[in-house]
Amino acid sequence: MLQSWVIVLASFFYLGILFAIAWYADRRADAGRSLIANPVVYALSLGVYCTTWTFYGSVGRAAASGIGFLPIYLGPTLLFALAGFILHKMIRVAKTNRITSIADFVASRYGKSQLLGGLVTVIAVVGVIPYIALQLKAVSNSFAILASYPDIVMPATAGAVPLFQDSALYVAMILAVFTILFGTRHLDATERHEGMVAAIAVESVVKLVAFLAVGVFVVWGMHDGISDIFSRAAVVPEVARRLTTADSPAAYGTWGTLVFLSLFASLLLPRQFQIAVVENVDESHLSRAVWMFPLYLFLINLFVLPVALAGMLHFPGSAVDADTFVLTLPMAYQQEALALFVYIGGLSAATGMVIVETIALSTMVCNDLVMPLLLRLPMLGLATRADLSGLLLEIRRWAIAIILGLGYLYFRVAGEAYALVSIGLISFAAVAQFAPVVIGGLFWKGGTRDGALAGLAAGFVLWTYTLLLPSFAKSGWLPDGFIAHGLFGIELLRPQHLFGLVGLDEITHCLVWSLLVNLGAYIGVSLQRAPNLREARQATLFVGGAEAAGIPAWRGGAGVTDLLPLAGRFLGSERAQEAFVRHARQRGLKGIEELPADTRLVNFAETLLAGAIGSASARVMVASVVTEEPLGIDEVMNILDEASQVRAYTRELEQKSLELTRATTELREANARLQQLDRMKDDFISTVTHELRTPLTSIRAFSEMLQEDPQIDLDQRVRFLGIIVSEAVRLSRLINQILDLAKLESGRAEWTVAAVDVAEVIREAAESLTVLFAEKRVTLELDACPAGFTVLADRDRLMQVLVNLLSNALKFVPADGGHVKVGAGALCVPGNPLRGQATVNEVRVSVTDNGPGIRAEDQEVIFDKFHQGAGTADVLTDKPQGTGLGLPISRQIIEYFNGRLWVESTPGAGARFVFTLPRQAGDNVAVLPGNTVPGGSWEHKKQTGGAP
Amino acid sequence: MIRSRLTAQRLAFLFLLGCFFFNYPLLSVFNRGGDYFGLPPLYAWLMGSWLALIALMAWVVEGKGD
Repeated sequence: MLQSWVIVLASFFYLGILFAIAWYADRRADAGRSLIANPVVYALSLGVYCTTWTFYGSVGRAAASGIGFLPIYLGPTLLFALAGFILHKMIRVAKTNRITSIADFVASRYGKSQLLGGLVTVIAVVGVIPYIALQLKAVSNSFAILASYPDIVMPATAGAVPLFQDSALYVAMILAVFTILFGTRHLDATERHEGMVAAIAVESVVKLVAFLAVGVFVVWGMHDGISDIFSRAAVVPEVARRLTTADSPAAYGTWGTLVFLSLFASLLLPRQFQIAVVENVDESHLSRAVWMFPLYLFLINLFVLPVALAGMLHFPGSAVDADTFVLTLPMAYQQEALALFVYIGGLSAATGMVIVETIALSTMVCNDLVMPLLLRLPMLGLATRADLSGLLLEIRRWAIAIILGLGYLYFRVAGEAYALVSIGLISFAAVAQFAPVVIGGLFWKGGTRDGALAGLAAGFVLWTYTLLLPSFAKSGWLPDGFIAHGLFGIELLRPQHLFGLVGLDEITHCLVWSLLVNLGAYIGVSLQRAPNLREARQATLFVGGAEAAGIPAWRGGAGVTDLLPLAGRFLGSERAQEAFVRHARQRGLKGIEELPADTRLVNFAETLLAGAIGSASARVMVASVVTEEPLGIDEVMNILDEASQVRAYTRELEQKSLELTRATTELREANARLQQLDRMKDDFISTVTHELRTPLTSIRAFSEMLQEDPQIDLDQRVRFLGIIVSEAVRLSRLINQILDLAKLESGRAEWTVAAVDVAEVIREAAESLTVLFAEKRVTLELDACPAGFTVLADRDRLMQVLVNLLSNALKFVPADGGHVKVGAGALCVPGNPLRGQATVNEVRVSVTDNGPGIRAEDQEVIFDKFHQGAGTADVLTDKPQGTGLGLPISRQIIEYFNGRLWVESTPGAGARFVFTLPRQAGDNVAVLPGNTVPGGSWEHKKQTGGAP
Repeated sequence: MIRSRLTAQRLAFLFLLGCFFFNYPLLSVFNRGGDYFGLPPLYAWLMGSWLALIALMAWVVEGKGD
């Protein structure tokens, strides 16, 4: 019953169903109720990865190399484990930039370069055509085999059949028509094909079920389960070899290479990019696909090895091609329906691949190759033509037809030289050349257009030389001498043993060289210069998501009146109008006439156009209507650096704020100190006024008494006048001292500094006070004042200090029996720099009295201004005898000369005032270190910085 | 959801695990004759570890771990 017409009818019936599904899905999409907005549909549509290469070829490869077919499916599994890092990012980038193909992706990433888009397109077309040829071969072979039922006859080689009897030609033509109907019915701004995706998802189910049906039949219909097949295989030596794989480093190397090659291919093949990235409706669908797609691959591979082993057992020798076991095993057991189903499954695998691949390639050819060229040809006048949307569709239709024609050509010429699997790997190696620029472009901002061009070109040349040309040569299309002897007979240039690299299979060999050179050129050339403005902008958009938001692509404006017709020319005016209205509504405007002529509108129009004609062409077209202001390099660099600048500002601000806090604290402290000083000044003034008033009051009182009462007797008068004189003296002394203190404190005092002999000053001071001491009958003793100690000081000031101290002592000692003693000496204590102690070498002078002494709590207070010691009041006048300024003045003077002045006292046992001054080096008295000059009764423990 | 960084990292860990499972030297351990439950060791290992990896990936993205 399996006549040719039945098979043809079944084929068209199946394709008709697919088309109906696609049509229905498109209708649903237009109505806004998408059929494919479903993660399961997304995961199933990814099954387009499994072509006839999987459906028929895996079994063939398993028959040749055992489990060696599996790496092709392990790679995509690993890719989806990296989905969170690579695929997810790609989808997001593609959506925001309206990327429509892998060529568009690369072109857009490196500054919307048309040249780069064109190069990627050429590589993709050249690389994928063998793969399309493979599908044609598989469909025409399976048709021929099935049509010869019940005999099992291998079809004649392609070249042997006259052109018009070759079923592959008709397959190619039918597929071309079918693809054109699917993919180019209308022009969509997002380049998405909902109907196609729905049909692909159905095809994925069909081919999976068909393969599983064969598997179940072979395992449980022909044998008693899987272990039965394996145990039978184990006893036939030729078959048993397929149960293990070659156990050599090279074999494991090949295995690993295939895993990673297929990882890249499942991302970078134009059809995979189309389905996984461009046709993705919602990025959240990816998370379901992460496990569902690998599970699909697992299921479709589950029975590959058992079927291959069963085929080898059933068809010993090489009469039947292992690539056809899936079909021939059911035929051998007269399972007509199953065989027809398998054929339909194979057809599914082929049509799915061809439709998506050619649609993706035609988009690339149209947007990145043909349109940029046509737009550059002024004689065609395309740049000014009103409606180009029809032309775009026309170009794509022709592109589809030509690509399938090239596929057929390859099939005729080279198709027989290779098994299915090898052809697929040639394509895989070609698209693997995209890996450095795509993955590098997603994660590395430094890549430039030149680097990408150099890398791709170098990789492509090596791929061509080491893989494509040998494949032509092996099929007799080229003389094969250069494979064995190298180009121009140079041994080092043998394409499959380049530079003497041997021991690798041809795929691994090709990948090692091409990817090495590709990556090296990409990075090396990129590093020749910094990315220019446009590259830097695109890099930011692709690599870093968030930072790119604020970077304008255009610095000019264009109005709706310019942009709408432009978009209309490529999209059709109705669609363009709709898109603009939607954009206006999104911006909260009533209609498109309210849209301002700003950069946002230009960006919108560019993105819209990018969907139809690719990003590189879109930029050129938009540039024709936008009056762009020149883009200052500083300006753009500023924008790019903005983020880092903001960070720097923040840091600066933090620092400033810290400094401010510190300054505030300092200011607050200073303020507090000022307030305290202010309070002290007020206190001082009120004290001074009080002190001045006291003598004045008494002078005035006594003068008035003298004035009012002329009868006062003489004695009385003399006494009053005496008081007036002494008060006036006190007053003038007070005023002098205040002036003195003010001078000292403000630093305006005049100093005459010279070497002064301390003993001499002491003697003079004592002499000047001899009379006063004698009056009060107090003995003054100069105790051990050796001559020769000199200090640097003002002689008069030093005298003032001594007189002050002596008159103080005189004031406090009792009359008759009072005793004041002056002593002087020197002290030398060697310092210890290690413990931070300076050498002490000073002169000490002490004034000791036998007065009432000073209480411990008063010993510092007496150095305050206007403080007067207790019990100094004059018995007669009840007034304090001193001014209260003598000690503060003395201390100021001594401290001015780097000395110290303090008091030691035990209440009731007299007081001793001591001051020190640094000794002038080189005076003529030798003082041994650690010793004092005899005579002074020093208490060592009181000395600061003293010896142990 | 795959948007979560943690999920992405868990998946990346499974990627490394897969690289280890599906490559030399682990493969050489199973590349020999004999059988596990009637299956050749290499076939049993690859299909088994592959299925386990898929199950782990499903568990990571569909589970309520986050």
